[in-house]
Amino acid sequence: MTEPTRIRAQVQGDKAVVRLRMAHEMESGQRRDSGGALIPAWHITEVTITHNGRPVITAEWGPGVSKNPYLQFTLKGARAGDRVGANWKDSRGASRSDEITIVA
Amino acid sequence: MNTRRHTLQQGAAVAALLAAAGLWPQAARAAGNSKAFDARSVAEATRLLGATAAPAPSAEVTLQAPDIAENGAEVAVTIGTTLAGVKQLVLLVEKNPNVLVAVFNLTDAIEPVLSLRTKMSQSSDVYAVALMRDGRALFARREVRVTLGGCAA
Repeated sequence: MTEPTRIRAQVQGDKAVVRLRMAHEMESGQRRDSGGALIPAWHITEVTITHNGRPVITAEWGPGVSKNPYLQFTLKGARAGDRVGANWKDSRGASRSDEITIVA
Repeated sequence: MNTRRHTLQQGAAVAALLAAAGLWPQAARAAGNSKAFDARSVAEATRLLGATAAPAPSAEVTLQAPDIAENGAEVAVTIGTTLAGVKQLVLLVEKNPNVLVAVFNLTDAIEPVLSLRTKMSQSSDVYAVALMRDGRALFARREVRVTLGGCAA
């Protein structure tokens, strides 16, 4: 069960500042449970950000990205009505895709 | 799934050999989708990511990070570059168990500046590395002191 990625896009001229927060535990594989056993790593491994369906960033992540990963960047040539999407895959094979429409 | 499992097994076998030869300080974990994520040093990580030259410092790579981070579970960093011809932007934390945090493949559709939050297990140097299309690796470095380590996060 995965929670939606929260995506915010704010138009500034011909650009848009995009902020997103994915919902993921990002277990580092370094922690131990109360019994002293290592909790296996479980984290997002691949991220693709799209603008109107076209990939603008692809990323590979390790367990060092914080829990509920946050990402901010500036998208060039973005207008109200454009779509911004975020897709991720994790180390257990789960995946999630979310998309929003930029509002003025 | 078979090919991935196979690849992981091969990677683990190679790591075991390296460990036996004393070249690998710790046994590699069978997690992550790229060998670079198992790297234990900055130089090793950049080499595994395809840099052909030793990383060189550059004023045209930017790294913003706090001098002192109270909580190592969420340290806000901004990595960026003003260089043209950058293939990937990479974030590395030298003293983390896994040095490599994230690799971003850039396109012309975004400005080459990204903010994210990283975990830090202890006070350490943080590196932003720009991997160029010609194989060069240029970096910016900042020391971040961590009050509460993020290993347990």
